[in-house]
Amino acid sequence: MRYLTADAKHPVRFILNDQPVEGNAEPRLLLTDFLRREIGLTGTHVGCEHGVCGACTVRIDGASTRACLVYAVQAEGRSVETVERLAVNGDLNDLQRAFRRHHALQCGFCTPGILMSLSQLIDEEPTADEARVREVLSGHICRCTGYHGIIAAALDVLAERQAGRHV
Amino acid sequence: MGMVGQSLERVEDLTLLRGGGRFADDLAEPPGCLHAAFLRAPVAHARIEAVDVSAALALPGVTTVITGADIARETKPFLSGVKVDAPQFPLAVDRVRYVGEPVAIVIARDRYRAEDALELIDVRYEPLAAVIDPEIAAGDDAPLLHNDAGHNVLHERRFRYGDPQTAFAEAAHVVETTVRYPRNSCTPIETFVVLAEHRPGEDTYEVTANFQGPYTLHTVMARALKVAGNRLRLRTPPDSGGSFGVKQAVFPYVVALGIAAKLAGRPVKWVEDRLEHLAAATSATNRVTTIRAALDGQGRITALDYDQLEDCGAYLRAPEPATLYRMHGNMTGAYQIDNLAIHNRVVVTNKTPTGLMRGFGGPQVYFALERLVDLAATRLALDPMELRRRNLIPGEAMPFTTTPGAVLDSGDYAATLAKAVREGGLEELKQRRTAARAEGRLYGIGYAAVVEPSISNMGYITTLLTPQQRQRAGAKNGALATATVSFDPSGAVTVAVSSVPQGQGHRTVLAQVVADELGIDPGDVVTVTDHDTLKDPWSIASGNYSSRFAGAVAGAAKLAAERLAKRMKAIAAPDLNVPIGDVELVDGLARSISNPDNVIALVRVAAKAHWSPLSIPEDAGAGLRETAFWVGRELREPDEQDRVNSSGAYGFIFDYCGLEVDPADGSIRIDRYVTAHDAGRLLNPALADGQIRGGFAHGLGAALLEELAYAPDGSFLSGTFADYCPPTASELPELMILHDQSPSPFTPTGAKGLGEGNCMSTPVCIANAVADAIGKPVLTLPLTRPRVLELLGESEPADPSPPRPAIITSSGNGHALKGNGSHIVPASPEEVWAVILDPDHLAALIPGCHNLERTGENAYRAEATLGAGPVKGRFTASVTLRDLDPPRALQLSGSAAGGLGTATGQGEIRLTPVEGGTRVDYFYAVLISGKVAAVGGRLLDGTARGVINQIFTRLADSSQSQTEPKTETMPSLRSRLPRWLGGAP
Amino acid sequence: MKPAGFDYARPDRLDEALAVLAEHTHTARVLAGGQSLGAMLNMRLVTPKVLIDISALAELGHIQADDGMIEVGAAVTQDQLLRWPGLKEQPLLAQTLPWVGHYQTRQRGTVCGSLAHGDPSSELPLVLAMLKGAVVLASQRGSRTLTAADFQTGTMQTAMRDDEMIVAARFPLAAPGCSSAFREIGPRRGDFAIVAAAAVGDQDGVSLGIGGVADTPAIRRLPWLDGAGLDDALNTIAWELRGSSDGHASAAYRRTQVRNLGRQVIGETQHALFNR
Repeated sequence: MRYLTADAKHPVRFILNDQPVEGNAEPRLLLTDFLRREIGLTGTHVGCEHGVCGACTVRIDGASTRACLVYAVQAEGRSVETVERLAVNGDLNDLQRAFRRHHALQCGFCTPGILMSLSQLIDEEPTADEARVREVLSGHICRCTGYHGIIAAALDVLAERQAGRHV
Repeated sequence: MGMVGQSLERVEDLTLLRGGGRFADDLAEPPGCLHAAFLRAPVAHARIEAVDVSAALALPGVTTVITGADIARETKPFLSGVKVDAPQFPLAVDRVRYVGEPVAIVIARDRYRAEDALELIDVRYEPLAAVIDPEIAAGDDAPLLHNDAGHNVLHERRFRYGDPQTAFAEAAHVVETTVRYPRNSCTPIETFVVLAEHRPGEDTYEVTANFQGPYTLHTVMARALKVAGNRLRLRTPPDSGGSFGVKQAVFPYVVALGIAAKLAGRPVKWVEDRLEHLAAATSATNRVTTIRAALDGQGRITALDYDQLEDCGAYLRAPEPATLYRMHGNMTGAYQIDNLAIHNRVVVTNKTPTGLMRGFGGPQVYFALERLVDLAATRLALDPMELRRRNLIPGEAMPFTTTPGAVLDSGDYAATLAKAVREGGLEELKQRRTAARAEGRLYGIGYAAVVEPSISNMGYITTLLTPQQRQRAGAKNGALATATVSFDPSGAVTVAVSSVPQGQGHRTVLAQVVADELGIDPGDVVTVTDHDTLKDPWSIASGNYSSRFAGAVAGAAKLAAERLAKRMKAIAAPDLNVPIGDVELVDGLARSISNPDNVIALVRVAAKAHWSPLSIPEDAGAGLRETAFWVGRELREPDEQDRVNSSGAYGFIFDYCGLEVDPADGSIRIDRYVTAHDAGRLLNPALADGQIRGGFAHGLGAALLEELAYAPDGSFLSGTFADYCPPTASELPELMILHDQSPSPFTPTGAKGLGEGNCMSTPVCIANAVADAIGKPVLTLPLTRPRVLELLGESEPADPSPPRPAIITSSGNGHALKGNGSHIVPASPEEVWAVILDPDHLAALIPGCHNLERTGENAYRAEATLGAGPVKGRFTASVTLRDLDPPRALQLSGSAAGGLGTATGQGEIRLTPVEGGTRVDYFYAVLISGKVAAVGGRLLDGTARGVINQIFTRLADSSQSQTEPKTETMPSLRSRLPRWLGGAP
Repeated sequence: MKPAGFDYARPDRLDEALAVLAEHTHTARVLAGGQSLGAMLNMRLVTPKVLIDISALAELGHIQADDGMIEVGAAVTQDQLLRWPGLKEQPLLAQTLPWVGHYQTRQRGTVCGSLAHGDPSSELPLVLAMLKGAVVLASQRGSRTLTAADFQTGTMQTAMRDDEMIVAARFPLAAPGCSSAFREIGPRRGDFAIVAAAAVGDQDGVSLGIGGVADTPAIRRLPWLDGAGLDDALNTIAWELRGSSDGHASAAYRRTQVRNLGRQVIGETQHALFNR
């Protein structure tokens, strides 16, 4: 059993975007704060810290997860993916390109979380339709775009991958 | 083909999509940076009797705790738009006036520790009566928020244009309505962030904050900090996580954190959390408007009469009461109406101070005006669209000066309306309505015609002064925009603006505008959007608000680039051996117009200016950098008759929608929504549509879902994103967007603002459609499902069971948690009475009671840990018993306060002898404020019921054990008491 | 908005978890998915001394069907159950799970955690009560099984003792010849229900379950009724439940929706049974 006391910092190791990372955390340190402040990857944003807005969504072992409702110590031994993982060899991936093409972002603050949820959906449910895309997106709040471009971008990528044009 | 007018993909996205944005919380923190957390008022109105910070200061890792006394010593009160005796500081000084008002700041090693220390600060509040409703607050007997001001109405003015009295007297029809626009907020997903440093040697503050302007507030902040403007260096970060006006309201925190850094002697950072943001950041004003229209027999509106009661919350925070005056020149909407009367009042209530918010004043005005137009159409039995058409300002009259003074720059409103009708398929919607109604379904069509102002006149707020006061104060007018364009020695172009973009894509558009003037690829232009008040050009109008970018800021960039282009031509002309007039800049070249083979690369022209300044023509000037200031010449100060051109440009919007109301649950299905805009020239149509879609989403949220709700006692009820409900992708319908483009003659680009318009048009358009669907007036928002059902007003089937016991309503307070219950206690009424009146017994009855002491005749003070399930908090309570009628009835009243919130309540206990003992009936009404009310409203009722039921269950148990023969296995209450008192969780 | 400090225990076996729970009775909380508890911790509504993370306990990660029950271990997420092929044997659970929270929260939130939280608006306690399911509680003193009706006692209140935790939930499989339906209404998709209604019908009649109105799920057995008879029965239930007003809806609206959603789910159930 792992038992970590409240007032000390404890080593935390996990795989972050395919690379092993290591840092120290009190048990109560949120994964958002660990990623942003301890590791220095600031692409994961904090919007509500109560699990509604979805801005902090990352993938843990592939599952879209609110990083504000997970403690860094819970990531021990897991694989965590953040928005910084999406670009392929430095180039925007198909979902990111579709976001740009469809003007699916304005301020871009909620975007990383949305990209992570949609990346899972696209990976796992290639036949998802608009209703399903909207349902998955309902776990996110975007105040800039009215969601129009986001939905269009997701459907575009789903269609592209269906047609086998995924690079 | 020029770049302006094309839907270029955004340069911003290349970084943002990688998670590489540099938002305020992403920037590096200086060494030794500490972190701040704010203690906030749990109650709406109270005198601060004492603040004890000793335990907080003793916590390891805590450096400093700052209270109102420190702030009152270190700062001057904020300036506001109205000179009244209602001083405001960034912390409450001796009184709190709204839930969430900052009371103390803890500065600690990290945020976690700072929040630990917040729980150790002990504040004693003396409660004061709170007032939430603006109409009650405006009464002469209302509780006063600011005693020295003498009244809660802090501003009042009447305006008359033309002869409204005669127009109303001669009218064929007069229609009137009273509407209430609610509180809501655009809630950007990035909250406020401030990082402050103080340099004691020169008494200089250096602050980075996600402030959005207007920079009029820089003066307000510097004055509050008691320094000259050049000693408050304010920087804004490269990226912003949205604002919609909201981030104007970070400014009190800039001052608070400046003082925090000064007193801590270290850099201090604060990141607002979502609970703080929803409770206390800012809000749109809620407004009560009574509006009347006079109409002639042909449906021409001859006069309007507004009575506006504007609720700005607890303080008039700068630039308020600007919300009330931003629309002043547009009070006649899109219509030609010659006579106008306005009565404006601004009232303070125990709610969060208001401020900038997308639409700013427009939603409030158009909700009244466009509802009234619909009512007028009903009265005259005219099609609501036809009535609008008859009153629209004719296109040939442009530019047209409205009755209150706005100079509408361009547009053919009737043509845009006709286009919307034609291309949006209005006829089809009408057919659907006919078909739906034939089936008994509730289908409605709503319209809204709106003039959308942009580029605020810095002088419009002075309309609130009388002409004499304005004369004494000196004229305020104009709206300076600035931009800087430069060529570096490598020939690369950089653009810098003081616009502080909030996600709209300004870098992309500026590159398009500048590229066209300089004949280069927009992809080669780098635009800098972070801003530094010590190093970058700016003025009071700088910032990102009042939709001023496309017309004013992009216009200034165009002017700067034009000047630079002219100089590049002058430098290139000798080398091309042609006169300046024969040089054009195209494809990165300076080229002879008459001989296109005669070219020189711009990079060489630029290099020459940098490397050989003596070799270029003298009249080409030195240094390839141009800063342009642009000011709209039409933006005059208000005139002697109070006419004001409140904005620099005015777009037109015509919206309509068809929707269906489900009478079973009150839900609204939007069948089609059409929005037609004429915002002048579109610089980037895709980004323009993005602004419209975003404004529509905010407008839809305001129409259907979003409200910052308060209980009558001032407790705040919308503390989380589960309680304050912005729409998600499942709630947003598709939007059909149509455009006309009538260039503005007054802006350098011909563009006007367009991002706020749907916040003005959409709420009332939907309200009109719902009213059409259900045949009932819609007088407030949001149209949540329960509210729609209420409007439908169908009576519900009666309660089939016999009457239930009445619930006391002696508090007279509609929102109290109320309950009642009955227990049979196997003891006589006298025995039960004795248990209740014995302090030791009383202690044992309260779940989690730690101790209970008598503080007077029938008065007690108790410490108890209360809650439901895992949610428990320690409370200090005082309870008074009165109207004792032994052994039949008594009344209780009391209050409790703790980290989770505060409660006040009253109850009644009645004892009735029955077969086998006594029936104990109890009734209660409890008001709860603070954290649990804000975040847990949904669960409070059940929780209160659970706690109170426990008390009476214990009463039944204890009476039972007392009256039954004592046995070893059933120890008496008295013998159990010590264990309960000592062993509470 | 950061949680207060706590010790963090990640046991490898159930007995270790129970030992920590026994040692820290009153001050420990079990953390599974944390989709409700995490938010309450961040808001400091809950401030335990010890968090016992059971999310990775292999012993509690099972979903199995036997003895006419689907048993779901305490570490199983809502999403895992939703994707479990055997779920079709319990249609009401399959109909309801997509309404629990959001895509993202279902992938971490657990079935048993939702039951333990005891939110009156939650879908899963309603389904457990409808199906007359049970929770299995364990402590160092042993284990016991409580029916749904005995388990949830009020708003966020359960009969679970301080040294106990849920180790599994048991959902009875659908009886042959049954049909079921689920509906809810909330402010937005994925929000807590203002009213949720479930129905399970058979040849003899229908059970109606209502969530979001009373402190605990309310279940009523009705004969098959039509027209005015059904209206009266639903109206009686609507008034009996004595729903309260809050920021989202009035008591009157809740009563209306008990009648409205009740009629819908009963109608759907009836249609599936008799008009097929």
